[in-house]
Amino acid sequence: MKILTCPLNGPRNISEFVYGGEVKDMPDPNTCSDKAWADYVFYHDNLIQIVKEWWLHAPSGYWFIAERHTASDEIIKTYDPSEIYNTRIEFSTQQEERA
Amino acid sequence: MPFSLLKYGLNKDYPFEKHADLPAPCELKPSYDVVIVGAGGHGVATAYYLAKYHGITNVAVLEKGYLGGGNTARNTAVIRSNYLTNEGVKFYSESVKLFQQLSNEFDFNIMYSERGQLTLAHTDAAVRGFRQRAEINKHFGGRTELIDPQQIKELVPCLNMNPADMPILAGLWHMDGATARHDAVAWGYAKGATQRGVELHQLTEVTDIDVENGKVVGVKTNRGNIKCGCVVQAIAGHSSLLAAKAGFKLPISTFPLQAMVTQPVKPFLNPLVSSPSLHCYVQQTSRGELVFGGGSDPYPLYNSRSTLDLKESLLANAVELFPFMANMRLMRQWAGLTDMTSDYSPIMGLSPVDNYYLDAGWGTWGFKSTPIVGQTMAQLVASGGQVPDLIKPFAMDRFDSFAQVNEMGATAASH
Repeated sequence: MKILTCPLNGPRNISEFVYGGEVKDMPDPNTCSDKAWADYVFYHDNLIQIVKEWWLHAPSGYWFIAERHTASDEIIKTYDPSEIYNTRIEFSTQQEERA
Repeated sequence: MPFSLLKYGLNKDYPFEKHADLPAPCELKPSYDVVIVGAGGHGVATAYYLAKYHGITNVAVLEKGYLGGGNTARNTAVIRSNYLTNEGVKFYSESVKLFQQLSNEFDFNIMYSERGQLTLAHTDAAVRGFRQRAEINKHFGGRTELIDPQQIKELVPCLNMNPADMPILAGLWHMDGATARHDAVAWGYAKGATQRGVELHQLTEVTDIDVENGKVVGVKTNRGNIKCGCVVQAIAGHSSLLAAKAGFKLPISTFPLQAMVTQPVKPFLNPLVSSPSLHCYVQQTSRGELVFGGGSDPYPLYNSRSTLDLKESLLANAVELFPFMANMRLMRQWAGLTDMTSDYSPIMGLSPVDNYYLDAGWGTWGFKSTPIVGQTMAQLVASGGQVPDLIKPFAMDRFDSFAQVNEMGATAASH
């Protein structure tokens, strides 16, 4: 059994978690080009290195970030997303302006 | 010991020069018209058709390991064309046709065995999907029928019709479904290609791609640098890593896929049986072993390690289908790396770098496409970048124009 340490619930079997993709900056969907949006949605670095990834602890519905090596599968650390995303991003305002 | 045998043993020419299937290793030339990266089935098939149909023989196939030693040797050797989209069915049907006469073409037995493939539906939605797939297949000349539980019982008498309390409602019976010896496919193509003058360089790893003014001009390897007219990348499982060296990203995530075989038993299972709802497929090899495969692992990883979690979940379902298998012993387990695209279709054709051709994104559907990939990639290379109609829908830029070819519903074991 592989253990993943959830920042909220502590060490748990990795089968309780759902992988959510690489952490990347989302372009503003209201202003970015189709190509930039396709890049964000479909294209991935997918390299052998330590990556930042979204993970969900399914039973508690809690999303967090894990740093993991994509060849050794070693989980370096896990933390709450607020460590990276600590400011509010307003997309709706720009949509209203456009409308 | 007979003296003739001893004589052969002491003879310097034997067995290598006269009897070897592949020529002896040689030095790399300073330049080639075509460099193919990866000597798996796809790479050597491309080289074979380049030499056979287009007379292009100044070709080097570079392989960091050994011939057919990657995912060509790790797949579960299923050949079928019962896909979902017009584009997919047309493409895979051509591949099945080529497979059928490949032993004759090579004069070497690839052990092609047409057993038929049976996919099971446990839900009404799956039955609807099967109806669509059967019709599309028939339209493009395939042999596929929707069959009822009585017919399934006749085909596979030992199948549990109520596995995991999900009764089998119908089956997609694909008579063209087959299996073949995957190593033999790579060997046959490699032999045919090298006999026509193509160079196969094993233990030759491409360490970098030389790109000048948006055009590929050469590759660096652990055995020296070479110039080239064009490059074909055919390295399933590591596509993103090489593309990064050429300077671009791919719409691919790489997941391991685990498979395993049991001890051999007497023949009892002729068709290949798969259940997307139970995430597994089962087939009996001609040696009598049962091969089990399932979906890819739940998260990306460049590692072919095996996990107990996946064994348990996959085999629990396989045992539901065939309860008497519960006491059989597993003999081997392994994993391959699957380059998954989000629409479960490959990426073939042009790349952002000129003269750099892509054969990537082969997820769990690579082996069955080997011959047609060879033919179409050879056409693409020989024409200097004119993409054949058959593979136009699989261009990488379909992701930029949101024109995916969705084959997710046609996987043998949903991922």
